[in-house]
Amino acid sequence: MAENKNSLVKELTKGIVKENPTLVMLLGMCPTLAVTTQAMNGIGMGLATTFVLLGSNIVISALRKVIPDKVRIPAFIVIIASFVTLIGFLLEGFVPSLYDSLGIYLTLITVNCIIFGRAEMFASKNGVVASALDAIGMGIGFTIALFLMGSIREIIGAGQWMGLTIPVIHDDPMLLFIMPAGGFFTLGMIIAAVNKLSKKKPPKEISCEGCPNAEACGKAGDCQ
Amino acid sequence: MKTIIVILLSAMLTDNFVLSKFMGICPFLGVSKKLDSAAGMGVAVTFVMICATIVTYPIHHGILVPNGLEYLDTVVFILVIALFVQLVENFLKKCVPSLYSSLGVYLPLITTNCAVLGVTVLNIDNGFSFGQSLINALGGGLGFMLALVIFSGVRKKLEYADIPETFKGVPATLIAASIVSVSFMGFAGLFN
Repeated sequence: MAENKNSLVKELTKGIVKENPTLVMLLGMCPTLAVTTQAMNGIGMGLATTFVLLGSNIVISALRKVIPDKVRIPAFIVIIASFVTLIGFLLEGFVPSLYDSLGIYLTLITVNCIIFGRAEMFASKNGVVASALDAIGMGIGFTIALFLMGSIREIIGAGQWMGLTIPVIHDDPMLLFIMPAGGFFTLGMIIAAVNKLSKKKPPKEISCEGCPNAEACGKAGDCQ
Repeated sequence: MKTIIVILLSAMLTDNFVLSKFMGICPFLGVSKKLDSAAGMGVAVTFVMICATIVTYPIHHGILVPNGLEYLDTVVFILVIALFVQLVENFLKKCVPSLYSSLGVYLPLITTNCAVLGVTVLNIDNGFSFGQSLINALGGGLGFMLALVIFSGVRKKLEYADIPETFKGVPATLIAASIVSVSFMGFAGLFN
């Protein structure tokens, strides 16, 4: 029992640091770059993705023996898209300001490779509890990465942070950081820092691991 | 005529899908290592974007809106795109094998490309007419190809550069992408 509990804790914590989806596994780059002009948006996007990930992981792992292997990809897509529609309604109703600032990227959670990757790699092979913990861990890891990106960009690029005004920088902020170019730059710097700090070398390129299309492209490495 | 040119050029340059809307980052970073694969991916994405627009626009305005089912957009669009990509792949394989051999490998990669879903949703959100949607899809696809082709040239130089150990691989690529993105900011004042 103790060992079982340990492995469940591991499912939860691995997504936060060791297999952080954005910074280590380099998945889900589009929302990471697009919505992180403010720390608050980063948290909102992170939590919305966590919700979808949790819902889809639970449903997919519960149905994993019912869904035929051949049609699993369309089945997964429908489940994920349904949860995305649901969170869209919830945000529109309760947090309309966040709904407006996330805009089209909320819809695009459907094609976020983190969610599809977890469904394919984890939820379709494991039980409901393990899949739920995996989703929460990955979701928290993603939220932390987005919050970090958003904080750096908002502080340097706008001289503000979560509604606070940062002295000195606010008088003359580096606007570039909240522009698209700053997104690429900040993410590059953060990944370089992670490379420096981590003992085990993370993959140098975007890996085929977790890519829903790895099977289709025959892991040809053309995408490397 | 003027609106058509404005939609085309703004989808291509000022609101470039990759460099200012951050859609399709995975193929942008993944398939941009060689010039010919970058161009191949670009053509395939442009093709699928236009086809996806042709299919999803009538579905939205002909079936979903009259029945008050607009909220099903996401579910229906992604399924239609996935089915359609598969269909195109099979069609090319049977009927145009020469085109299949050059584009075929990229087609499965496109299903989960957010730029394709993005362009169909944007067409609806912006309230474009059918013709304007097609132009927007064409511009978006061409802009995607332009970004990929330019970036493949940058990456070729990057291969031979002497980069500090920590920055090798993805960090250096992202910082190079940031500089390319700055160059696209130059188009920002093109339309007012």
